[in-house]
Amino acid sequence: MVDTDTPAAYVAHAVRSYWLIALLWIRAAMAYPVSFWTMLVGGVLITFLDFVAIWLMFTHVDTYGGFTLREIALLYGLTSIAFRVADMLVGSVEKIGQKVRSGDLDAMMTKPVPVLVQLCADRFELRRLGQIAQGLAVFAWAAPIVEWTPQRLLVLVVALVSGVVIYFCVFVIFSTIQFWTTDASEFANAFTYGGNTIMQYPMTIFPREVVRSLTYLLPLAFVNWYPCLFLLGRTDPFGSPDWFRFASPLAALMLVVVTTLVWRQGLRRYRSTGS
Amino acid sequence: MSLIEVRDLSREFTIRKRAGAFRRTSVVKHAVHDLSFDIEAGEMVGYIGPNGAGKSTTIKMLTGILGPSGGSALVAGLEPSRQRRELARRIGVVFGQRTSLWWDLPLRDSYELLRRIYRIPDQTFRRNLEDHVALLDLGDLMDTPVRQLSLGQRMRGDIAAALLHDPEILYLDEPTIGLDVVSKGRLREFLRALNHERGTTLMLTTHDLQDIEALCDRVIVIDHGTAVFDGPLPSLRANGDASRTLVVDLVDEASPIAIEGARVVKVEGPRQWLAFPAGASAAPLVAQVAAAYDVADLSIHEPDIEDVIRKLYAR
Repeated sequence: MVDTDTPAAYVAHAVRSYWLIALLWIRAAMAYPVSFWTMLVGGVLITFLDFVAIWLMFTHVDTYGGFTLREIALLYGLTSIAFRVADMLVGSVEKIGQKVRSGDLDAMMTKPVPVLVQLCADRFELRRLGQIAQGLAVFAWAAPIVEWTPQRLLVLVVALVSGVVIYFCVFVIFSTIQFWTTDASEFANAFTYGGNTIMQYPMTIFPREVVRSLTYLLPLAFVNWYPCLFLLGRTDPFGSPDWFRFASPLAALMLVVVTTLVWRQGLRRYRSTGS
Repeated sequence: MSLIEVRDLSREFTIRKRAGAFRRTSVVKHAVHDLSFDIEAGEMVGYIGPNGAGKSTTIKMLTGILGPSGGSALVAGLEPSRQRRELARRIGVVFGQRTSLWWDLPLRDSYELLRRIYRIPDQTFRRNLEDHVALLDLGDLMDTPVRQLSLGQRMRGDIAAALLHDPEILYLDEPTIGLDVVSKGRLREFLRALNHERGTTLMLTTHDLQDIEALCDRVIVIDHGTAVFDGPLPSLRANGDASRTLVVDLVDEASPIAIEGARVVKVEGPRQWLAFPAGASAAPLVAQVAAAYDVADLSIHEPDIEDVIRKLYAR
């Protein structure tokens, strides 16, 4: 019998179960190595083209929103890595509606592992590492412009972990809407993939209202914008308080609380309607 | 304490319907209404009823997928909707029309995945896998992806999957739907053996009354969310105005046989059909007929259970 009485034991159980399931999917994918490597390299190429678009823009201008290409690459790298890692970790969460219709969700509910863990670990795709590699490459190219100190390195690591958590939560929150309307997956994409695309640019090109929304409503600015201001030693053109630069974990934590509530509410609704 | 205790269990659904362009009306539907029954460990219970009678809703409440809107259910001492994950370790569920296996994975990997999800001890896992794979004849299919299996093979694969963690209770929702006669027979044989040898409690919903006749000592008939019959199979037959039939082959054609306790319903040459109440014994009738007539042969037909149930629904 597994002890899941304390929150810590519960989380440990959830994480352990996640990896046990994910590892099996990795093993299954490795049964077809050619397909695996083709998809992985394909992922690198497609996401690479994504950055080329920004690069091309800089053949016409020197700075964009007051930021140089390398500075934008730093923003781009940070959001891409966090977003792609989260995307890999959420697995089939985006397909909740489909799982409801097919009855797979019912089957998951009769198993002893939390439903969210099962959904996330379902069809875990290691080949998405290809897309993460692109983000890493862009970041590595931009990294030399930062005057690295131990403090900055710490902020970077904390921001990366927080960023993954923030995107993970955004994926879960907007996928949970499918418990109410099963065809809302496109709506979710607008906030997840759309959010990542917005964050690839400096906030200075957007109106103040957009930046406020990305700080207080959907706190994606804490994934890369505020931490990068610190890494680059720049002042915030919007005049936000300095401690925002270190507030990524706080934003992540608050989002985790909201996500937990939304997810529970969604599952509760499912369990009271059965559809 | 019984293994499954259901007390005044109810489940309502609010269905919103469009009434005109903007107005909506909501209707409350009682899928399950004041349902009560007990199931003891080791029983094999058939849970039957017409479509929409509340069978699936009951099973969903007993597995914790749905919460009840009234009354209570206790399974293995646990409250399903509150202790769903704890309960999951003690029950097995097989949904006939869909698989809980993974389409793209071979059976072997699906079972391995379940071993990890349930954290089944190695020894238990190996023993169960060996036993069930042999009995269900899955040996040659272990490396085939689930999507390439036939319906019957997949069903067998699903049942083996549901039993890997040694559940005390196995719920089967339409386990023989779409299977051919041979597969049905083998599956029933397996389930009977499972019940006898391991003492696994079986609760199955089905439309196939032969499943019930072959497997279940007890039948619960549900209609409009309420149990309309709960008892052993023979008394379901005796229930209502069902009758048994004594078929008499006389040596010569004769006028309709006149005896106490039975009436002639059909005559065809020397053969006559005598109906008598399902609760009555055939012995005195046979004695009477044999005493008064030259009998070439005799046989008794049990009432068709489908007719009996149809009459129950019609009430």
